[in-house]
Amino acid sequence: MGDSPDSAAITVEGLWKVFGSRARKVLDSEDRHLDQATLRDKTGCTAAVRDVSFEVRPGEVFVVMGLSGSGKSTLVRCLTRLIEPSEGRISIDGEDIGAASPARLREIRRHHVSMVFQHFGLLPHRKVIDNVAYGLEVQGTARAARHERAAEILSLVGLDGHADAYPDQLSGGMQQRVGLARALAVDPRVMLFDEPFSALDPLIRRDMQAEVIRLHREVGKTMVFITHDLSEALKLGERIAIMRAGSIVQLGTAEELVGAPADDYVADFVRDVPRSHVLSLRWICRAPEPDEPLDGPALPVTTLIKEAVGACASSASPLRVMDGEELVGVVDRVDLLGFLSEREAAA
Amino acid sequence: MSTTAVSTPSRLRLPRWAAPAGIAVLFVVAYLVFRGTATLPHDKEAPQFLAVTGLREWIDDHRNDNPIFLYFLNYIRLFVGQLYDLFEVVLYALGWPGITGVLGALGWLAGGRRLALLAVASVSAFGVLGLWEPSVDTLALVAVAVLLSLAIGIPLGVWAGLSPRARRVITPVLDVMQIMPTFAYLAPLALFFHIGAPAGAIATMIYSIPPAIRITALAVSQVSPTAVEASTSLGATRAQTLFKVYLPLARPTMALAVNQTIMMALSMVVIANLISAPGLGGDIIRGLSRAQVGIMLPAGVAVVIMAVLLDRMTMAVSKRGPHARPGRFDWAAAGVLAVAGLALIPVLPKTWPENLTVNVVSEINDAVRWAENNWYAVTTFVKDVTTEGLLNPLQTLFTSAPWWLVALAVLLLAWRVSGVRPALTALGCLLAILLLGIWHHTMQTLTTVVIAVLVTLVIGLLLGVAAARSPRYSAVQRPILDAAQTMPAFVYLLPALALFGTTRFTAIFASVIYAVPPVVRLVEDGIKGVPPTVVEAAASAGSTSGQLLWKVQLPMARRAILLAANQGIVMTLAMVVVGGLVGAGALGYDVVVGFSQRADFGMGFIAGIATVLLGVMLDRITQGADRRPSPRRRRLTS
Repeated sequence: MGDSPDSAAITVEGLWKVFGSRARKVLDSEDRHLDQATLRDKTGCTAAVRDVSFEVRPGEVFVVMGLSGSGKSTLVRCLTRLIEPSEGRISIDGEDIGAASPARLREIRRHHVSMVFQHFGLLPHRKVIDNVAYGLEVQGTARAARHERAAEILSLVGLDGHADAYPDQLSGGMQQRVGLARALAVDPRVMLFDEPFSALDPLIRRDMQAEVIRLHREVGKTMVFITHDLSEALKLGERIAIMRAGSIVQLGTAEELVGAPADDYVADFVRDVPRSHVLSLRWICRAPEPDEPLDGPALPVTTLIKEAVGACASSASPLRVMDGEELVGVVDRVDLLGFLSEREAAA
Repeated sequence: MSTTAVSTPSRLRLPRWAAPAGIAVLFVVAYLVFRGTATLPHDKEAPQFLAVTGLREWIDDHRNDNPIFLYFLNYIRLFVGQLYDLFEVVLYALGWPGITGVLGALGWLAGGRRLALLAVASVSAFGVLGLWEPSVDTLALVAVAVLLSLAIGIPLGVWAGLSPRARRVITPVLDVMQIMPTFAYLAPLALFFHIGAPAGAIATMIYSIPPAIRITALAVSQVSPTAVEASTSLGATRAQTLFKVYLPLARPTMALAVNQTIMMALSMVVIANLISAPGLGGDIIRGLSRAQVGIMLPAGVAVVIMAVLLDRMTMAVSKRGPHARPGRFDWAAAGVLAVAGLALIPVLPKTWPENLTVNVVSEINDAVRWAENNWYAVTTFVKDVTTEGLLNPLQTLFTSAPWWLVALAVLLLAWRVSGVRPALTALGCLLAILLLGIWHHTMQTLTTVVIAVLVTLVIGLLLGVAAARSPRYSAVQRPILDAAQTMPAFVYLLPALALFGTTRFTAIFASVIYAVPPVVRLVEDGIKGVPPTVVEAAASAGSTSGQLLWKVQLPMARRAILLAANQGIVMTLAMVVVGGLVGAGALGYDVVVGFSQRADFGMGFIAGIATVLLGVMLDRITQGADRRPSPRRRRLTS
């Protein structure tokens, strides 16, 4: 976290959120270091977010993942002060959010940061087009202009022809597309997603995840994505923060989490992940033995292990693992089989 | 089995009923010993009464020179009076063609052709009954009262819905307002706002404002929090979120608030005739006090028609989906109706033509007399058995017991059922009644209430259980209950009066038929609210339907049943007091006399206060059973 703050889209430093009437007192005392259950019994306060720091790079998809009650939804609401943080510094695009006046905060919410919610939060009395245009409406955009923009966004999320429907006439997946369109319509730089797909059926969820990946590629927003679903986190996240009891227990790429879990909690979490689908050759390559032939196929170091299986099987010599022009190491069949069987051995 | 018997310590265990039974025996003994001592017979000239009467004289003398009246209360009266005049002038200018057209148009917009037809038919009915002018007066009075109620109630309700702190302040006030019987409002208002249409409108407004506040608050607090959060997250200001999210989403429930406010207003507007408010109340109160059903029936029918019309119109609005709007055709049809009505104003006579009215007063009186004569044996038997067997002994018990014994009984009962604080409140109310010098009449009214409540609960439970167990029976009963709950309170006095003449029993009969519908409904809903999985589990364990009822459904519906009892008590009390008009005597009669005879104003005023205190006392005695948190919940919240 040594980067200068303005190179990051979002910087969070030492963020705390304590719920309860005596929150301030708790933060000023040594009680803040108590674990959640003890603190609740002693003071009646709940520390939902405890000393969280991270940075999100511009254009990155940053996933916060944790079980329910881990504080992830509170964390994401603190970013635009939908929930007022108790302590800590948040800056978005270099601007200190904590110091923003109510009017300035509204400006930030109107133009810079928008959010997609788990339960959609659509307005049932408005047509789809007016739901999508809501953000523009509260900004004071004229009706014709906002409808034009909303129609554009609706076709971007694949809802052409539904502009005049009402939300309750759409399926859950389509309703969430409306929620997505509403967040996109104000052309924000940062988008926050609070478990947007957990209320949807698995198949629809997969479609929507693909949709987010596609949108990210097309519009290139910075995204903070909250989820309790590990496979969703691994699929979408460039970097993933795992939260437990209000704190981040590990922050890293999918590979780092699966390959080198920071503690038993994370290890337990990622246990069922097929490691060959996440880890790259970097994790299993070794220095070549002196007598080993180095004429096998060359593969980049970022190749996923499962994708190397075919090449390895068809070659008598070990694979050469290359980082650009440089040889990082080799992998032979024994290494590969050994890695693939490790999981079963462990289980 | 035998092992537990052996292992229990040899200490003597009393059965659970022993302590209450012992206390009951003590009370019986105390009553027998002290009977007739420390009773407080009624004194018409009690100093408390005279003081209030004196206060009224003083206020009447200084109404136009005391600053509070001169600069504040008189202005309110003036404002409300002018508003009423305005409505009256407009309604009379519209005449019956205009009113028919406009109401028909509103009906069409609210619920299509059928409601438009209902509106036209209703307005014509006022004319046919020969009650055109009083109906218009009542309509104007209700309009003013409802308008003021909503103008004050909706902002307060929105505030209470948004701020938990405001809700904590407002809720207990509303609780007390809702258990106040209609009569209790009248005397203080007469004191401050004199009598006449403005005072009537203000009384009606105060009576009808609690549902406006309460239901609006409920509607606002039920708005989806995600929708609100989404709005905030897009940078909406508080005002934008209020007008674009809260109010539109709360609208269907708020239509219910309007509906309830109108219903309450219609109920009060009749009683307000006691302080000389104009309208249909005049005929009804006159009919009641002369025991002439023929005079009051047409006016009663007119009020019921008005209630049904306004109820259907507002209910139709509240039942519409979140995004249903009247179509272009509906607007056109409504426009045609309204324009047709307005265009006919100059052509047709403004008031309903005399020759199109039907006068049925003497026919109804004859019919009632016929019923009285022919059913005399049955009605008198029922009346006498109840009076001799229940009413008189209980009244003797209450009035001849020393006051401290009654107070002690109330304290213990409330303590047992509701806990310490409600018990102390109940005791406080009783002692206040004592100090007000109206103990004897309060005990008489209490007797009537107790008997009416017992009968109400027995009938209500039976019908409620029957409806919960038989969907077919429920389908028959539901529309009747719906209709019954639309009717203003005093309507129930009509059949009671026709059957039983002016006696205490009449008031009991009226309050039973008035309070039974909500009790039945609460019981039925409570039993039906038992989760189907639990019922299924019990059935799969082989319970008979009787076992299912006694071991599963009734115990699990306990809260709903206790709530029904509480509701039944509050409604019964309200009705028993109104029953003072038809011979129930005691507090209700004192109130009525207080209005008609200047010298007794103080007694009526204090009787009104006593009904409130009695209501609060009965409510506190029973409320705890329903609101007392279970032990587990208490541990969690502490």
